[in-house]
Amino acid sequence: MSALLEVTGLAKSFGGVRAVRDVSFSLNRAEMLAIIGPNGAGKSTCFNMVGGQIRPGAGSIMLEGENIAGLMPRQIWRRGVGRTFQISATFMSMTVRENVQMALMSHHGRIRALLPLANRLYAEEAVAILERIGLADRRDQMCGVLAYGDLKRVELAVAIAHRPKLLLMDEPTAGMSPSEREALMQLTASIVREEGMAVLFTEHDMDVVFAHAAHIVVMNRGAVVTVGTPAEVRDNSEVKRIYLGGTLEAAH
Amino acid sequence: MGEAMLKITGLNAYYGRAHILHDVDLTLGRGEVVALLGRNGAGKSTIMKSAMGLLSGRSGRVEFRGRDVGALRPYRISRLGLAYVPEDRRIFSGLTVLENLEVGRRAPADASKPWTPERLFDLFPNLGERRDQDGARLSGGEQQMLTVGRALMGNPLAILLDEPSEGLAPIIVEQMARAVKTLKDEGMSILLSEQNLYFAHAVGDRAYVVDRGRIRYEGRLDEIMANDEIRRAHLAV
Amino acid sequence: MDLSFVVNQVLTGLAGASSLFLVASGLTLIFGVSRIVNFAHGSLFMLGAYAAVTIYGPVVAALGPAIGPWFAMLCAALAVGLVGVAIEVLILRRLYHAPHMLQILATFGIVLIMQDAVVLIWGYDQIVGPRIPGLRGAVTIFGLRFPQYELFMLFAGPAVFVGLWLLLHRTRWGTLVRAATRDREMADILGVDQAKLFTSVFFLGAALAGLAGGLQLPREPANIYLDVRVILEAFVVTVIGGLGSIGGALLASILIGLLQAFGILIFPKSTLVLVFAVMAIVLMFRPWGLLGRPEPQTTSDLAETKAAPPDRPYAAHLVVAVLAVLMVLPLFAPDYIVKLSTQAIIFGLLAFSLNFIVATGGILSFGHAAFFGIGAYTAAIAVKNYGVPAGAALLAAPLIAGVVALGVGWFIVRRTGIYLAMLTLAFAQIVWSVAFQWVELTGGDNGIVGVWMPGWASATGAYYYLTLAVCGTAIAVIWRAVFSPFGYTLRAGRDSALRCDAIGIDLRRHRVLAFALAGTAAGLAGSSFMFLKGGVDPSLLSMDISADALIMSLIGGVQTVVGPLVGAAAFTFLKAYIMPLTDQWRLVLGVIIIVLVLAFPRGIVGFVNARDWFSRTVTRSPIPAVEERTA
Repeated sequence: MSALLEVTGLAKSFGGVRAVRDVSFSLNRAEMLAIIGPNGAGKSTCFNMVGGQIRPGAGSIMLEGENIAGLMPRQIWRRGVGRTFQISATFMSMTVRENVQMALMSHHGRIRALLPLANRLYAEEAVAILERIGLADRRDQMCGVLAYGDLKRVELAVAIAHRPKLLLMDEPTAGMSPSEREALMQLTASIVREEGMAVLFTEHDMDVVFAHAAHIVVMNRGAVVTVGTPAEVRDNSEVKRIYLGGTLEAAH
Repeated sequence: MGEAMLKITGLNAYYGRAHILHDVDLTLGRGEVVALLGRNGAGKSTIMKSAMGLLSGRSGRVEFRGRDVGALRPYRISRLGLAYVPEDRRIFSGLTVLENLEVGRRAPADASKPWTPERLFDLFPNLGERRDQDGARLSGGEQQMLTVGRALMGNPLAILLDEPSEGLAPIIVEQMARAVKTLKDEGMSILLSEQNLYFAHAVGDRAYVVDRGRIRYEGRLDEIMANDEIRRAHLAV
Repeated sequence: MDLSFVVNQVLTGLAGASSLFLVASGLTLIFGVSRIVNFAHGSLFMLGAYAAVTIYGPVVAALGPAIGPWFAMLCAALAVGLVGVAIEVLILRRLYHAPHMLQILATFGIVLIMQDAVVLIWGYDQIVGPRIPGLRGAVTIFGLRFPQYELFMLFAGPAVFVGLWLLLHRTRWGTLVRAATRDREMADILGVDQAKLFTSVFFLGAALAGLAGGLQLPREPANIYLDVRVILEAFVVTVIGGLGSIGGALLASILIGLLQAFGILIFPKSTLVLVFAVMAIVLMFRPWGLLGRPEPQTTSDLAETKAAPPDRPYAAHLVVAVLAVLMVLPLFAPDYIVKLSTQAIIFGLLAFSLNFIVATGGILSFGHAAFFGIGAYTAAIAVKNYGVPAGAALLAAPLIAGVVALGVGWFIVRRTGIYLAMLTLAFAQIVWSVAFQWVELTGGDNGIVGVWMPGWASATGAYYYLTLAVCGTAIAVIWRAVFSPFGYTLRAGRDSALRCDAIGIDLRRHRVLAFALAGTAAGLAGSSFMFLKGGVDPSLLSMDISADALIMSLIGGVQTVVGPLVGAAAFTFLKAYIMPLTDQWRLVLGVIIIVLVLAFPRGIVGFVNARDWFSRTVTRSPIPAVEERTA
């Protein structure tokens, strides 16, 4: 079976600075792939190019054989890609359930309806998704008052509402406690198993990465350093050097 | 350790509902270089912003030179002699290198030899060559030097350096390390946040290991360098 | 056109440009550091003119004709500068972190107060200014005579530009101002006391406006219409030049000055339209103006603006009770009250439709009067010129307004915040000037009169019921829309455009549709109002109407659904009962606005809701609290 997502030669410059150059990797169905690297490595830029938030300078992003590079985020979403953001982007003036309902209304093409009451549309479907995510008891709380970890889960619920083939998660566990992190990633893994959804994620917590990613793309200074299984990456000397910093003989 | 320059006790900080810092205690002694070590998002920057009065959501006590500065506006704290070099540099675009330095200029509180652009250009020769260029047009390394220099122009007694080596080429990192050592030799107290353990070790005396908003470990940098367990648990791979 | 004539027009245009620049430079300087668009800048100009004309005589008598005139103008400028300081310290300083709408309304309140203050002090009559000794004559250029004073003005603008440039680039103060313009918080971190810096910038900006006002005296008398005219011109110049850019203001002044000098030859009637059209075109291609730059990030605090949800649909029995009262009102109330109530319902629809896009959609329009006026004019013209039956005109006029709103919305909703507000204002002014200048169609200043509903429907009670039915239905539709998928999506766009995009929503199209819906509703309010008054005139398109609609929302509560309705009723009756008591209605209104903005930004309904007096209404967060962090 061919890969779900095939990224080839992806590149992007900002004002002459090459933020990302020649990045290639692929992702199969029901697989979790992590992109890691130090700050400024180009992870987020790569990630946002796949999601459509940043227009690629060069390269192709094939989703099931269709090149989605340069499409608008909403067009990419329509092709079955959901995503979460590093700084969670939820509708703060709505309840948790309404956030999920928004995604469902959009999916069902109902956003321009003037007469129905929005919070009664797809309510059960939304609650079912929230139950899946473990947020059903928070369904009527406003997003603006939620704890950080819960907001991250709302993001996840919104992102999977239209049953995407590919889920993009940007720093899904940033700012969470260790137990919350593990719980969220367990949940994600179970969704991957049951729905056959593929997940592409960036993450700083190496425990999370090594525990859940099938493959890891390591980036530094805009380029891919290595791609491999967690074991391969862990033993890579180049990766260790990047993470612990170079020696500073001259300064001693 | 000597007299405390900066003393933080029981600091808690929040972004909206998110509880970012938990009961942080920290001391920076006079003439000391102390590192905050930790991964991205561990809370290092938040500690510095809290000390500088830049966060509204926080509780706990921040003392600078024995004075409670918790309720002061950033410009008042700055005038007491605490400088802050933000991670994202925040060079004033449209202002030349010299003008950027001018914004930071303030006469020294004591009789010490004041920083001048010329003295700074001795410390960072690259900057001197670009003195009349728009600060926004400098390379990343030069911007980092400028933002440090701009802070020094206020003749501070202590300086908060947020990720001074981040995203810089190795040769610039070395220059930055030399500069920090020079400042230390002149008696400056420095609190710096770092992900690069080697950089911290090269310049620092002590360190606090920060993870998930808490101080997990405090000790000499030699010990931390030698302690694999801490490195693995809180710092890197 | 021979050469000497062209040269003469160019010089005339440049002299005008000079005068424009003097005002615009202060406005843009103030915006640069404070991010506040100061509507009162034109009022400061007017104040400068009155102050100068008042002290001119005594000062010249004391100091002689050589120094006296200039000293008088300088003193006037300094006095106006101090007024600017008072405005900054007492009012605007508290609003640096407030939403744009509150900032705009507060400065608009100052405009109202100053209008009445000027009338109180100097009266309604214009005061003819002196002609400066030594500059009374004319010089001959290419055979045509050109006034000496105009020649002087031609150099005054560039001289001030050079002075400002030196001040900003060659002094420490200027360096700090430029730094704070780019990044306020970083300047703060480096020890710059913003409060002092801002106050000094306000002083300079206001003094420049005062100076411009004084220098205008030999060209036109001091009069009470200067403020609005000048502020509109200054807005156009600063927006075209780029808010915050002094160089841009100079460039745009020259562009507009020349456009006025030559436009008047080609389209003698439509220089206003030409000017605003140029502004719209420039902004389409350069959204931040000729030399402007995108709004800088001014804070590192992640705390996002609290976006309030609408309160839940109100208890049905409350709605029924209000409706019941409205239904029987004409049975016992005198005609006067019924007429006022009709008007309150109409303004309720106007404010309600505006608040739909402002509060639910985050689209801050300062030109809602355009659609109100288009509705009114379309209905009047349809009946008067084309013999369309009144009922059909009443209902068809809004559709025209809606179509226009669709077209206008298409290219303005891409902008946000203050630029959107100024674009909508510009559009409203274009419509206003068309109505004013296209006399054959619109009757110009006199408008169109004697257009009534036929027969039974013209009776006060009958028209009340008609309005209640028609406007009430429109209100009900928008009310429902707030809670429909359409309204939710609009609110979602306000909360997080990023998230909308990532769940497949075409936000721009949605916002255009919402703008059109609000425009249609405003058009219906306009046609209803036209039949109530039996006619129409350009005042229905004025900035005052747009501001009134916003003020009604403010009074009632911006972040509440019923707020605009309550506010419209309160405003209408307040105005009707206070106006006969005082000649200073504007002053009263201005004070009300400022007190509301500073002390009760949630409005009546927001206040009631927050108190949770009725368990049925839900307590909701108000508009973001005004943080005192910069004060």
